[in-house]
Amino acid sequence: MTGMSEQRSDQRPRETLFRRATRQLLRRKLVVASMIVLGTYVLIAALGLLDLLPDYQERVGGPYQPPSLSWPLLFGTDIFGRSVVYKILAGTKTAMMIGFLVPAIAVPLGVVLGALAGYYGGVIDAIVTWLFSVIASIPYILIVIAISFVLGKGMFAICVAMGSVVWITLCRMVRGEFIKHRAREYVLASKLAGARDMRLIFVHIAPNVLHLAIISGSLEVLGAIKSEVILTYLGVGIQDGASWGTMISDAAGELVQSIWWPLAGVVLAMFFVIYALNVVGDALRDALDPKLLE
Amino acid sequence: MLSYIIRRVLYMIPVLLGVALLVFMLFNTVGEDPVRVALGQHATAESIADLRAKWGLDKPLPIQFLEFLRQIVTFDYGRSFNSNEKLSDMFAAGAPVSLMLTVPPFVFGLILNVSLGLLIAYFRGSWLDRISTLLFIMAMSVSYLVYIIFCQYLFAYRLGWYPILGWEPGFAGLRYVLLPWLIIMLVTVGPDVRLYRTLFLDETSADYVRTARAKGVGELRMLFSHVLKNAMIPLVTYTMVSVPALILGAFLMERYFGLPGIGDLMITAVSSGDFPVLKGLTMVLALIYSGMALLTDIVYAWVDPRVSLR
Repeated sequence: MTGMSEQRSDQRPRETLFRRATRQLLRRKLVVASMIVLGTYVLIAALGLLDLLPDYQERVGGPYQPPSLSWPLLFGTDIFGRSVVYKILAGTKTAMMIGFLVPAIAVPLGVVLGALAGYYGGVIDAIVTWLFSVIASIPYILIVIAISFVLGKGMFAICVAMGSVVWITLCRMVRGEFIKHRAREYVLASKLAGARDMRLIFVHIAPNVLHLAIISGSLEVLGAIKSEVILTYLGVGIQDGASWGTMISDAAGELVQSIWWPLAGVVLAMFFVIYALNVVGDALRDALDPKLLE
Repeated sequence: MLSYIIRRVLYMIPVLLGVALLVFMLFNTVGEDPVRVALGQHATAESIADLRAKWGLDKPLPIQFLEFLRQIVTFDYGRSFNSNEKLSDMFAAGAPVSLMLTVPPFVFGLILNVSLGLLIAYFRGSWLDRISTLLFIMAMSVSYLVYIIFCQYLFAYRLGWYPILGWEPGFAGLRYVLLPWLIIMLVTVGPDVRLYRTLFLDETSADYVRTARAKGVGELRMLFSHVLKNAMIPLVTYTMVSVPALILGAFLMERYFGLPGIGDLMITAVSSGDFPVLKGLTMVLALIYSGMALLTDIVYAWVDPRVSLR
């Protein structure tokens, strides 16, 4: 099966996997639109980091003012008369930072540990396998809560907690690929030519698992943003500052008083970014998975 | 086969020891001091020393770890900081509630979602496939928490079709879990159907499908008898993996609907820093998780002759 597809790829005119993937992605309108949406969210987060977003703590009207047609009041105000729109923007910064930090921790961990385990085998493999078996044995939410708790809660804590748990999926896949690749001719050939282990791992074999890292990273962004809402509700997430999690947790009490706008605003904000991430993630998988290339 | 099972069981020992070590490290050495959490801010130096001695926290760490291992083996995790109840009793009380909340939607959902997956795989590439994919992704783009809050508000508070929250033991509890069942099924339909669809479509490119087609087997019969049977192996794996989560329950659901299950236990323990409960709960669930993983591997090896038993 694999042998066949390899032969076929040898005969194909030279076009790298990534150039081909980019071409495929740009051809689909929904994917391009989703990328624009993601770009907007990233831009908002960048503005937030530069302190250019409007201050969400500022009062712009009376408490629980319903939506009206002006920018700060587009989704009304909250209990303190603060603009829901501004809060959502501030929450966007938090969400995007979490969505960036978690894969920034998990992807390198997964790739490096998986690569070392798969390439060397033996004791290193036994240790890495043991490590991810241990983490996989504990329910995800419990271990993330436990680690965040120990690290003292807050944004940094949940990022480290999620990052140090979610790498196991990618690690498992990378390890499997490395076991397959280490016996291939091209690896043996460069070994005979005198390449060192580190060069073989990171220069020769690693590009073959890059697509796994990208796909898994995009799923981790999605998972992290969704988990933040739940962790914040549980009290180990964002402690101060605006977050979508806090806004959604507050919404249960507000709905009963027929105050629907804060929930509507935050659900919409979250909907677009998660939808876009879903679409881009799926498209990346379709475009980069060598098994699906025909 | 027997030697494979034995080897696999023996491998659980280092993994569980690792879990114990991780949990121990997290709660006994790195985290907040449980004695201070339990006594609050106004504790005197003596009362802290007393409680420390009572819980055995004044002993050296290796001794404490051995004590924790003894607790794990004897299933005696001590008492909760809050209620002073034994953890084993709390677990026994919570487990049936969690299972009642999660097992029925799991079973119904499995049947429903596998059927939908087959149906959509049958109509692959058609407008039904495209529309359902669009709808499922849209449904997946809304937070779980929002589903709970909105459905509880609409169906229980506004329309009054279901009780808003509460619990009674026995069959009387049934009316409290109906709405949570519906929400669980609503939330799982998107990701599950998409997964099953992919599983089935992966199978349709296999050689046996081509052979069956060539000898004139109809498309419907192919899906239901050939593809479904062959997709059973990944299907069983995915299903078994999600079984242990049933015990933890849909913890958010338990919180919002006032159901006193394991998930509720966990959240209460988290919010009040109840370390014995958190430690015990993590260990018990880890035991169940790895037991289930073991069972999955055995079933897998037994069902699929291609799995090598090295």
